[in-house]
Amino acid sequence: MAQPPDRNPADPWLHLAATTPARIALGRAGGSLPTREVLRFALAHAQARDAVHADFDSAKLAEMLRDEGLVVAEAASRAADRAAYLRRPDWGRDLSEASRTALTMDGAGGELVVVVADGLSATAVEAHAVPLVRALRPHLDRARIPLTTAVVATGARVALGDAIGQALGARAVLVLIGERPGLSSPDSLGAYLTFDPRPGRMDSERNCVSNIRPEGLPVAAAAFKLAWLTSEAFRRRLTGVALKDESAALRTESENTALPLHG
Amino acid sequence: MPFRANAGRTTYVFADLKDLLAKASPPRSGDQLAGIAAATMEESVAARMALADLPLKAILAEPLIPYEADEVTRLILDSHDIGAFAAAAHLTVGGFRDWLLSEVATTEALAALAPGITPEMAAAVSKLMRNQDLILAARKCEVITRFRNTIGRKGTMAVRLQPNHPTDDAAGIAASIVDGLMYGAGDATIGINPASDSLPVIGDLLKLIDAIIHRHQIPTQGCILTHVTSSIQLIERGAPVDLVFQSVAGTEKANAAFGISLSVLKEGLDAARSLKRGTVGDNVMYFETGQGSALSAEAHHDIDQQTLEARAYAVARAFKPLLVNTVVGFIGPEYLYDGKQIIRAGLEDHFCGKLMGVPLGCDVCYTNHAEADQDDMDTLLTCLAAAGVSYIMGVPGADDVMLNYQSTSFHDALYVREAFGLKRAPEFEDWLRCMGITDETGRLRPPDPGHRLIAAE
Repeated sequence: MAQPPDRNPADPWLHLAATTPARIALGRAGGSLPTREVLRFALAHAQARDAVHADFDSAKLAEMLRDEGLVVAEAASRAADRAAYLRRPDWGRDLSEASRTALTMDGAGGELVVVVADGLSATAVEAHAVPLVRALRPHLDRARIPLTTAVVATGARVALGDAIGQALGARAVLVLIGERPGLSSPDSLGAYLTFDPRPGRMDSERNCVSNIRPEGLPVAAAAFKLAWLTSEAFRRRLTGVALKDESAALRTESENTALPLHG
Repeated sequence: MPFRANAGRTTYVFADLKDLLAKASPPRSGDQLAGIAAATMEESVAARMALADLPLKAILAEPLIPYEADEVTRLILDSHDIGAFAAAAHLTVGGFRDWLLSEVATTEALAALAPGITPEMAAAVSKLMRNQDLILAARKCEVITRFRNTIGRKGTMAVRLQPNHPTDDAAGIAASIVDGLMYGAGDATIGINPASDSLPVIGDLLKLIDAIIHRHQIPTQGCILTHVTSSIQLIERGAPVDLVFQSVAGTEKANAAFGISLSVLKEGLDAARSLKRGTVGDNVMYFETGQGSALSAEAHHDIDQQTLEARAYAVARAFKPLLVNTVVGFIGPEYLYDGKQIIRAGLEDHFCGKLMGVPLGCDVCYTNHAEADQDDMDTLLTCLAAAGVSYIMGVPGADDVMLNYQSTSFHDALYVREAFGLKRAPEFEDWLRCMGITDETGRLRPPDPGHRLIAAE
């Protein structure tokens, strides 16, 4: 038997779709979405939802970071589970009592502490955090900024890094955290650099590099930016709106990776 | 003044009006986060019982934030129309609900009453209303606004074409605009959320929209959703600004966190009107709001988020906007936890805005960390269409690739048009027919591969 014809062909402006990651020229069934598009959307949403609720294997990440030669501690926020995390951003910014005590006793620390945090996408952290740390270290070595300590944090908002940084006496803290998953980007990592971290720091006192993922800002380019920002932060003793990212001017052709945002 | 109500075996006491309003509010995570929600369901119903017996006049007499401390409070009280209020001045909040649902509350009566309704009155009565009441009462209101077309007539619903692109790429944005127009969307506005806040970039985007509107003689208006002060600067530099956008909130302090005040908004209004770019009217402002914005700026004064949202409409109302949009599910689950809370909030916001005479549209939307999905959005969209929403968003495939959230699609708009027989803004409806995009009934025709809109890009 012959195949039935596709009754919902794509729209005749399909060629324009090459210019944007937006879902254009989808075709229609009557005025509604064709079945294939309903399913394509459902799959993307399922992946984003799974990323939000994915279990965060902090022990495994800690092990991977130790393999990179770092001293690694684990910490948890006051948000004990995912439901509490989503409802109580204030708890996600605050260390649990046990973690506060453990980190203070620990005595580790140093100039720069990296916090690897689940945030809203454990998927993103597990995929990109360790490669990013690995890519970052040669740049930091050249800038003579020692990186010896990492903390793997569960139930974390960005500002949890302030409490961790303070407990460890760090001069600056770099939080690598899973960003809110977009429909076309379930694995996007964000990086937030805060000089002189302590609770109460405002977002305007941090520098952020976001959308770190292969289809967004690739790890190598992100590492270059972050190393530049870190080096400037140590030189000028600040982060935030007063520190503008001018790293692009220094990038060589090979480092200046184009940012293909087409998903 | 404290309020009391008996429920079951308990006498509940509410410290003051804002405590009463907060505890009477249907449950939502933002009020719980703020620590002002009712502790039990019984306490919440007790608060509603006390609220039902409260005279509307008593709400006028007890400002939630002191007059001296907050310019939004001053705006609300100074602009209150006692004459218009007279029709409802004898009512309690509960009696007001009954009145709104009665035959006496006609479209004309509601329009006459609107300047007499303060946001606190609208919020108070909404807390006693079920979702069906919010739909039925809003449906009777008609708020008409005009710039290059006519938005808000009964039986119509407009769509904002939202062609965002993660890097503001001109070709990519133009492609999404073509997509939307070919799907019959764009009468509310063609409005871009820019990724950049650079003035030259925004200036180029304004020219891009302006060129498309002029090339095809589209009876609609463009907007770049950037800060009001940026729009003012762009107007001074001669950029083609149709609508001036701004996010607004319900307290002076929350507006300060947005970097605005009432006087800055007035400057924006004057600047946009000075260009005289409207052809059928001079409603030149586009405002966005959303429950939870004041709390997230720590500027909520222990007032519940739904009442604060209604106060944002009082800010909007003062500037005679073309469009006001509650971006209901964008803020995240710490303020509206799930589909149920988002649906309720969307219907409350739409009702309160319309009752106050504000042209409310809704960005029916959610983020991926909220407990919600497309089915919840279908429910809210269907309810809002029944309630006569002024406009909704049209995002390609419902997936905003710049802001990373899910809104409504061009297809979703076609669904509610089909289900409810809703027309577009009349001038835009005529244009679509002349362009051969729709047929005599307003339905899409099979797309013509050689259509001039496609060929032009």
